[in-house]
Amino acid sequence: MAKVHVTTTINGEPSEFLCEPNDTMLDALRGPLGLTGSKEGCASGDCGACSITVDDNLVCSCLMLAVESEGHQLRTIEGMAQGDKLHPLQQKFLEMAALQCGICTSGMLVASDALLKRNPKPSEEEVRFWLAGNLCRCTGYDKIVRAVMDTAAEMRAQ
Amino acid sequence: MTELRYLAPNSLDEAIKAFVAAGSAGRILAGGTDLLVQMRAGVVKPGLIVDIKKISEMTTIEETADGGFRVGAAVSGMALHDHPRFGKVWPGVLEAVNLIGSKQVQGRASAGGNLCNGSPAGDSVPAMVAAGAIVTIQGPDGRRELPVEQVPAGPGRTNLKPGEIVVSFALPPRPKGSSDAYLRMIPRTEMDIAVVGLGVSLTLKDGVCTAARVGLGAVAPTVLLVESAARALIGSKLDDAALNAAAAACSAACRPIDDKRGTIAYRTKVAGVLLKRTTAIAAKRAEGN
Amino acid sequence: MNVVTNNKWIGQRTIRPDGMDKVTGRAQFAADTNMPGMIWGKVLRSPHAHARIKSINTAKAEALPGVKAVVTARDIVDFTIEKGAVMLGIQDMRWMCRNVMAREKALFPGHPVAAVAATSEAIAAEACKLIEVDYEVLPFVIEIEDAIKPDAPILHEFNKFEGKPSNIAGRLEHKKGDIAEGFKKADIVIERTFTTRPVHQGYIEPHACLISVTPDGKTTIWSSSQGQFMVRAMTSLLTGIPQSDIRAIPAEIGGGFGGKTIVYLEPLATILAKKSGRPVKMVMTREEVMRATGPTSGSKSTVKIGATRDGKIVAAHGTFYLQAGALPGSPIRGAAGCSFTPYDIPNLLSEGYDVCSNRSKVAAYRAPGAPIGAYAVECVLDEVAEALKMDPLDFRLKNAAREGVKAAHGPTFPRIGYIETLEAARQSDHYKAPLGKLPGKLQGRGVASGFWFNAGGESSAQVNITEDGNVVVTTGHPDIGGSRAGIANICAELLGIDYRRVSVIIGDTQTIGFSNLTGGSRVLFASSIVVTQSTEQIIKTLRERAAKIWEIDPEAVKWEDGAAHPVSPNAGQFPPLTLKDLAEKAPAMGGPIGAGVQLNTQGADGGFGTHICDVEVDVDLGIARVIRYTAVQDVGRAIHPGYVEGQLQGGVAQGIGWALNEEYIYTKEGKVDNPGFLDYRMPVCSDLPMIDCIMVEVPNPKHPQGVKGVGEVPLVPVMAAVANAIYNALGKRFYSLPMSPPKVLEVIDTPAPRQAAE
Repeated sequence: MAKVHVTTTINGEPSEFLCEPNDTMLDALRGPLGLTGSKEGCASGDCGACSITVDDNLVCSCLMLAVESEGHQLRTIEGMAQGDKLHPLQQKFLEMAALQCGICTSGMLVASDALLKRNPKPSEEEVRFWLAGNLCRCTGYDKIVRAVMDTAAEMRAQ
Repeated sequence: MTELRYLAPNSLDEAIKAFVAAGSAGRILAGGTDLLVQMRAGVVKPGLIVDIKKISEMTTIEETADGGFRVGAAVSGMALHDHPRFGKVWPGVLEAVNLIGSKQVQGRASAGGNLCNGSPAGDSVPAMVAAGAIVTIQGPDGRRELPVEQVPAGPGRTNLKPGEIVVSFALPPRPKGSSDAYLRMIPRTEMDIAVVGLGVSLTLKDGVCTAARVGLGAVAPTVLLVESAARALIGSKLDDAALNAAAAACSAACRPIDDKRGTIAYRTKVAGVLLKRTTAIAAKRAEGN
Repeated sequence: MNVVTNNKWIGQRTIRPDGMDKVTGRAQFAADTNMPGMIWGKVLRSPHAHARIKSINTAKAEALPGVKAVVTARDIVDFTIEKGAVMLGIQDMRWMCRNVMAREKALFPGHPVAAVAATSEAIAAEACKLIEVDYEVLPFVIEIEDAIKPDAPILHEFNKFEGKPSNIAGRLEHKKGDIAEGFKKADIVIERTFTTRPVHQGYIEPHACLISVTPDGKTTIWSSSQGQFMVRAMTSLLTGIPQSDIRAIPAEIGGGFGGKTIVYLEPLATILAKKSGRPVKMVMTREEVMRATGPTSGSKSTVKIGATRDGKIVAAHGTFYLQAGALPGSPIRGAAGCSFTPYDIPNLLSEGYDVCSNRSKVAAYRAPGAPIGAYAVECVLDEVAEALKMDPLDFRLKNAAREGVKAAHGPTFPRIGYIETLEAARQSDHYKAPLGKLPGKLQGRGVASGFWFNAGGESSAQVNITEDGNVVVTTGHPDIGGSRAGIANICAELLGIDYRRVSVIIGDTQTIGFSNLTGGSRVLFASSIVVTQSTEQIIKTLRERAAKIWEIDPEAVKWEDGAAHPVSPNAGQFPPLTLKDLAEKAPAMGGPIGAGVQLNTQGADGGFGTHICDVEVDVDLGIARVIRYTAVQDVGRAIHPGYVEGQLQGGVAQGIGWALNEEYIYTKEGKVDNPGFLDYRMPVCSDLPMIDCIMVEVPNPKHPQGVKGVGEVPLVPVMAAVANAIYNALGKRFYSLPMSPPKVLEVIDTPAPRQAAE
């Protein structure tokens, strides 16, 4: 199978990679691009551990072909902190114990960030339904929901 | 291993040409939220993938001169949600499209894909059926139109001819006093496939239902247009007798199966419950229009 | 032992040592690791539920370009049935060798029969299809009721029960008093039978490993497990490579809940790597996880409880049949041993039966067996309390176990905190709050309690002072829930320094001493004992060093706030010597400062919890939702309250899933019909309310910080609490899980159940 050459932008940086036409974006991120922060929990779009944004749209990278990224702007967990400055969500997750094993954390953070960009003042219900596509088996979601709401309140105050 | 090619043409003609040439090995890629899962599971092994998202007609939401809408088949749920007017005119269709999968899936999945996947449980289909959507299809022999309920042929099958692609959904303009709603039953609050899904579109004049359509999903090999339920509603003030009759009509229309998602008895009963609830929501919305 | 309460770091919500890596995507889980020259392994799995393997021909697969090695059962060390049990912890290697690769028979759909390593995953998968297996398909059996019938297909002909070939692979009982006499004294006796379905631990990270074997046999394993030493030992036993040649490196683990306490891939990847001369990576798909790794048992339990009119339980009898899956070893000890333990019952018989059937072998799942037993017992208790017209918490209080009571499974209780959890529940805002009312919906409240043994066992720690005066702690247990954060708090507390100066890492098998599994709620209990003792040795050294510098007696030096001080002005007038100062002077004063302790830790007291659950039932659709939940637990001492709450909340969420929607569904052919997250319905974020925690702290007197295990208790009471709440809402009892909408609606629509009190 001939590999395809793809030119895209990942976390603000121009990127090129080779992939099989049937590789998913998650395969490309974790393989040739070496960005293993996005996780594969199911490969069927049911767990959200591979969440990224494409042109600010939240998607599961396991449900997107790598070749489709040509010319688009992708953001992954690796691009969330600005240099050594954590995103407020990352900081709040740490402070509020909103992670345990950490396998869902990348996806949770990327999805939560996408929520707050659209809705800076989400209700608890809105947070819960927005994050329904991100499975967490450790926390019971309590601390995650609180961390997202606290971050939103703090970001609004700034 | 089979060779796979990926194409992302800019025009529909190009897409159809390639799709026809690929024959049964061709697959259309819109959001890919079903196709990629099927590929990963080894259920389908396409030789050609035609990505239609670069074709502007298929990714555009157009408000037509008569006040209706033309929604490109590859418009994502999130894009439809973000349209300033669509959800005000067709709240039921929007809530149905927005129930397809998670927010992540919403960023990709489309009503066109949901329809062509051929699942009787696709959320957008009963709402589109209730809405009276007309589907524009293009193929090697040109364009044709079909009422949406005539597209599915059975689980995983459609009435599209070889080489045909669903281009868009046309939704009619709304008379005063009209609205729609969609409800589905799932065991969890999110992330499940509908056990029963039901869309109602209706028009009220002075409290009397003057027009109604009911679409019912996940209870038969294809999504059903339940005309008997609509007849029970039309001419009534949506009183208990009319609602009971319409609910009974929905239950009677069910031809469900027992499977891992629900039982025959459960689905049959729930269809009636959802008819009442969905009608109440649509009526409340219609009163404000 | 005195428990210090005026702490600076113990009890603080500090930031976990591994947190930064996890919020930035840097943390290395097993599937994130790569090696030069790495190839991919894939497993060929049985399509049949039960089949004799007559022959396997791998020639075509081996001939496929890109294929580097093929493995079948012949390559794996055989622990023959005739030679008897070879135990590693609670696992019998006779079963483990047959679980990682089918030998005489394939025993469930998904059972590995061969494995291939090739230059790509796709080629490996293609090669698996080229392996020809000649199966003699046999009749199969899945459900307990079918498996214990006299004419049931027998999985293991060698297994005899009461003298005949049987699928019952074991029985245990705990006994106290005389139940026949006890039931005679009862004014009310209620007996009920309950069933539960198999449920999966549901960790989000599939099993994965990367293994390199050099030509001299030196083996390096990166894998996701709950115990790198377990991985080393099992891989050694199944491959014949000595433990000294196997370095098992614990990757970050993406959830385990008991399911990663045994190996699946590691022995296969090791042999593939050895045969091919290339590093081999294996990652399961979600479907493989669901089909072929251990869920916990499905069950059938009968519980009979007798009480006097004044609310005293006089006798109880529990019979718990648990599905082991393809090979013996269901958690009957947890079901039979834990279920009645919260209560002081004079006459008790609790029996467990281990039943084999043609589904994947069970693995541990959070308090293995205990939630299954507690579901039955706590539901019957609810009925007894109702029949006696007693508040269910008051009824439990009246019968609660306390210090001095002898549990049927052996121990006599020391000071325990069960009563405190009941009292805290009764005093809680939640229990006092009225239930709401909405049209078409019915609300109800239920309570239930639970017990788990907790465990101590082997742990090792090494604490080193760095040359610049900071601290590195190495322990030997994979950290799933935040144990590193707890260790940092304790070590910083003892040394009197900022917790951020303490780095806590998990060592691999060749750099830290033997440490038993992360399991049994043992990790913080056991590792904090060895860390405390190591740190105390270091403090002794630091005092000696200061004494030497000051030329005074070590007894005249105290350690406080991260520095050595003279105990009093009489001892001398010296400015304090900080950890930094002493580290700097270390080379001249006797060398590096560090200490390691290895122990088989003792004194892990059992844990108790009491839960309150409110549900709302949509009576037309049969949907029950949990709308409020409070978990009360005696946690001993919350070293890091955030992660203790996290254990409670996570356990409750799993229990709600088990109660309402999670279950293995089988096709007519005996295959799992819902092997993915779409139809194996674990709770999503919008399904749950906030989960309130009340941490009761009755310190464990046998532990330096008062720690008790907390991880497993929180799953034990949940299904009963939910079931009792649904009863309270509907006035109808449920005797099987899950209480999914079709089942709930069926019960709502049918007349009252016939099971009535005697």
